[in-house]
Amino acid sequence: MKTKTTDRLVRPQSGIARRDFLAGAAALGVASAGFPAVLRAQSDTVKIGLIHPVTGFISFSGSQCRTGAQMAIDDINAAGGIKSMGGAMLEAVLGDSQGKPEIGAQEVSKMVEAGVAGFVAGYSSAISLATSQEAAKSNTPHVVDVGVSDQITSRGLANTFRFSPGYGKVAEVAVSNLDTINKAAGSPAKSAMIVHEESLFGTGTANLLSEKLPAIGIEVLDVIKHANPTRDFTNIALQIKSKQPDLIVPANYYNEYVLLARTLQQQKVEAKGIYSVLGGAASSYQFVNEYPQAAEQIMDCNHWFDPKSDVAMERKKAAEAKGVIYTYEVFLAYNAVAFLADAIERAGSTDKDAVIAALAGSTWDKHGMPYGPTKMENGQNMGAQPVNTQVQNGAIEVIFPKEFASAEAVFPMG
Amino acid sequence: MRSLLFLFAVFVAIGAAPVLIASEFWLDVVIMTLYAALLGQAWNILGGYGGQFSFGHAAYFGTGAYTVAVLQVQFGVNPWIGLVAGGLTAGAVAAFIGFSTFRYGLRGSYFALVTLAFAEVLRILSNSVDFTGAGVGILIPLERSLANLQFASKISYFWLIWTMTLAAFLVVWWIGNSRFGARLMAVRDNEEAARALGVDAFRVKMGAIVLSGVFSGLAGVFYAQYLLYLDPSIAYGPAVSIESLLVPIIGGMGTLFGPLLGAAAIHAVSEFTSEVTGDAPGISLAVYGALLVVMVTFMPRGLAGLVSRLGARRGARALAVERRHA
Amino acid sequence: MPDLAIIIPSVLNGITTGALYALVALGLTLIYGVLHIINFAHGALLMLGLYAVYYLKARFGIDPYVALLIVPPAMFALGYALQRGIIGRASHGRDENILLVTLGLAIVIENLSLFFFRSDTRIIDTPYSFETVDILGAFLPLPKVVAFAGAIVTAALLWLVMARTDLGRAIRAVAKEKKGAALVGIDTDHVYAMSYGLGIACLGVAACLLLPSYYVNPQVGHGFVLIAFTIVVLGGMGSFVGALIGGFVIGVIEAMGGLFLGESLGQIGIFAIFILVLIFRPTGLLGHRV
Repeated sequence: MKTKTTDRLVRPQSGIARRDFLAGAAALGVASAGFPAVLRAQSDTVKIGLIHPVTGFISFSGSQCRTGAQMAIDDINAAGGIKSMGGAMLEAVLGDSQGKPEIGAQEVSKMVEAGVAGFVAGYSSAISLATSQEAAKSNTPHVVDVGVSDQITSRGLANTFRFSPGYGKVAEVAVSNLDTINKAAGSPAKSAMIVHEESLFGTGTANLLSEKLPAIGIEVLDVIKHANPTRDFTNIALQIKSKQPDLIVPANYYNEYVLLARTLQQQKVEAKGIYSVLGGAASSYQFVNEYPQAAEQIMDCNHWFDPKSDVAMERKKAAEAKGVIYTYEVFLAYNAVAFLADAIERAGSTDKDAVIAALAGSTWDKHGMPYGPTKMENGQNMGAQPVNTQVQNGAIEVIFPKEFASAEAVFPMG
Repeated sequence: MRSLLFLFAVFVAIGAAPVLIASEFWLDVVIMTLYAALLGQAWNILGGYGGQFSFGHAAYFGTGAYTVAVLQVQFGVNPWIGLVAGGLTAGAVAAFIGFSTFRYGLRGSYFALVTLAFAEVLRILSNSVDFTGAGVGILIPLERSLANLQFASKISYFWLIWTMTLAAFLVVWWIGNSRFGARLMAVRDNEEAARALGVDAFRVKMGAIVLSGVFSGLAGVFYAQYLLYLDPSIAYGPAVSIESLLVPIIGGMGTLFGPLLGAAAIHAVSEFTSEVTGDAPGISLAVYGALLVVMVTFMPRGLAGLVSRLGARRGARALAVERRHA
Repeated sequence: MPDLAIIIPSVLNGITTGALYALVALGLTLIYGVLHIINFAHGALLMLGLYAVYYLKARFGIDPYVALLIVPPAMFALGYALQRGIIGRASHGRDENILLVTLGLAIVIENLSLFFFRSDTRIIDTPYSFETVDILGAFLPLPKVVAFAGAIVTAALLWLVMARTDLGRAIRAVAKEKKGAALVGIDTDHVYAMSYGLGIACLGVAACLLLPSYYVNPQVGHGFVLIAFTIVVLGGMGSFVGALIGGFVIGVIEAMGGLFLGESLGQIGIFAIFILVLIFRPTGLLGHRV
């Protein structure tokens, strides 16, 4: 494959040919003697770098991302690989960021030299920022799978794309959908309390929500920020109970959500609705299975697939057949890979500029997400949006927007 | 003097890295090794030479990092000024922590735990005030230029960390050859005896903690400019504190080259384990942890201890005599 | 400003949460307070205990409270073996090496757990998971009330062992004067290992009492280690009653910090108290140097 060998061997970098340090001398030797068979053999595969925090504090989410991304690669290969490149197979190059940005960035530079055609990486925003800026140095395409910070796509890196929504979009949709649901029920919710985790996604989301909720006639009684881990939620439950908000709006990680939900039940806290943003029972099969009663009628606004899409349902079935818990990380990472693969397919090569142009101009629509055809602006998929889900009779149903809904919203809870 | 020449020789040799290594990845490994050596050497000043174990060097690291980031993002101050300011604020935090602990005679594990608590306090504060960006963190805008202390090329970052690390090693060389250093080591070996000889233990320890803090702060400045994003757990979380003490303990505490040996060993071990153990999550780190235990078992005085033991065995009887007289 | 009516329930709840912390700290005060081993592996070993409780329940349906008969003895054996086989041997008696060895062990244990148990957060469902006890208008979760009693019983048992048994006397002798103890014929390696084993067995008790109201994943231990060190110092090194009371105090400080400063900033209260105690009363609130 010509373009890739070009990248690896003769692309000028400070006047020195870029080369793999380990294979350095050998590779250079053969390079000068004409492109070798070893490298030609590699042209049958297109390497995709997958960098996720599979160890450390966020290892659950990182492993879920890795699983989803690998499933996408397996599916694409099973369907004949990259057809425009003579059926070239995708090959996953796996990296572990250990939850640390500097290690994520280091994995990027290692994989760039191993000749990856593009990255699907991050999970956390902090790591996505580091991996995307490192990949930008070599102009390698980089698709962020989950990281919700809007700074990831707003700082003008040409190689960086996000297929899923950022928290700005999520908060906006969360508020406007809530408004619709509330008005349809005769506006029973007039007040809310926000309970959020203290890092980037919880804080960022909570800031936006507390700004926007008053505009739809919902007063924010209090915003409670809590640490990770918070070992006990009784205090928070007591405060909620004493302020009696109509709505409880959590934005936190799974561990803390479990404890919060359990404590709310123990402390007999009642509200007209629990409306989680980015996380929560109504988008977690694990929670619904383990606590069916506590989960009933909880609403979430989160990343979710289109339940009316055959593509989405088939993937879900295939994942569950393998014993995978079908969390948002799985299908977002899956789609990030598939989106990148589609661009490589259309570019017909792994030439970085061509792939980036193909990503930027993508109209890909086989994602099974409620996004519509892809439309990139400054690296952000403008159609990407979260949807509202609700647990009804032990099943997770999409209740909003209408065109994707599998059930009617039940609000207030009762 | 011979050790000073040797020190320069080592750093000149390291300085050849950008010429010899064309791989961005391996250059990054070298950069991160120097960065770890800087963190470790900073800790070594207080822990190795001063005998005061700190579990909270993240307090200085994070302060340096946040100083350069906040000054740039909130106040538009040039990061070169931020670099100096970062070292100074970190030194000031170290002075504060040193003053409030040494004045009350905290030592040993008490000192270790109180430094850990100070780092946690700073983490929580940085998560609660607005000017650090609180939980959202702080992103330094991407604007690569020399004036902006941000570089497109890793080679420039290499020279930045090379210079910082060399400065730290020169200071430690000076400590090993100065009256200040002699007093510091006297306090480490036996504080009561040192006092009896007229050493002002408090002042000596204050000097050590401030120097230590300044260099940790510089490491923080480097981190901020290299990765451009900080949040409270990156800046003040326990990972940096642990790396700071791991490096010199593995390498050899209270020795000039210990932190460099330790940093190189740790990076070599972690590259090696991730290379040979495959992709199953956890296995590589588990092997890494096991190797740490093995290294301690067979090198109780760190790599530097091993090196000098081997050196001594090679028949340098004179050296042993010299040591007896020292 | 929080509603005054919730202060009493919050304090009561803080005490029961503090009992859980005290359980983790009891083992630590033995290991750190008596043997002066800074045990970085404490959190990882707690996590291992929690997994043991989890799997006993999930695979064999053994209730966590019945597991009290199984997990602590198993943890004792593990602790004994670790100290005798690895920590004692590898550290050569040097503080910094003990630190490194326990840190290395923690990394190994955590990542092997990640590999074998995977990173999923796991919970157990018991008939009493959601039960509460109504005291002074506060709904206290039943598992935490049980933990409260468990902490008191464990502290009392430890005190008895230390005060009334030959082992206790040997441990105290070794802690005070290691060389002297060896001279009078005490097998110090054995005593160290017994003490470490006892400390780890306490973690087994903590695991059985904690899991019904908590969860387990490979990183779960981190959330408890720092707080346990705080309690040990607060209560006075090596003092079991101190650890118990220190646990309650920290639980209440955490609850009040959360109410008055917010749940995130409120964590600062724990460390502020810790720093102040260390500076002004380094022997701890109840302590005398062992």
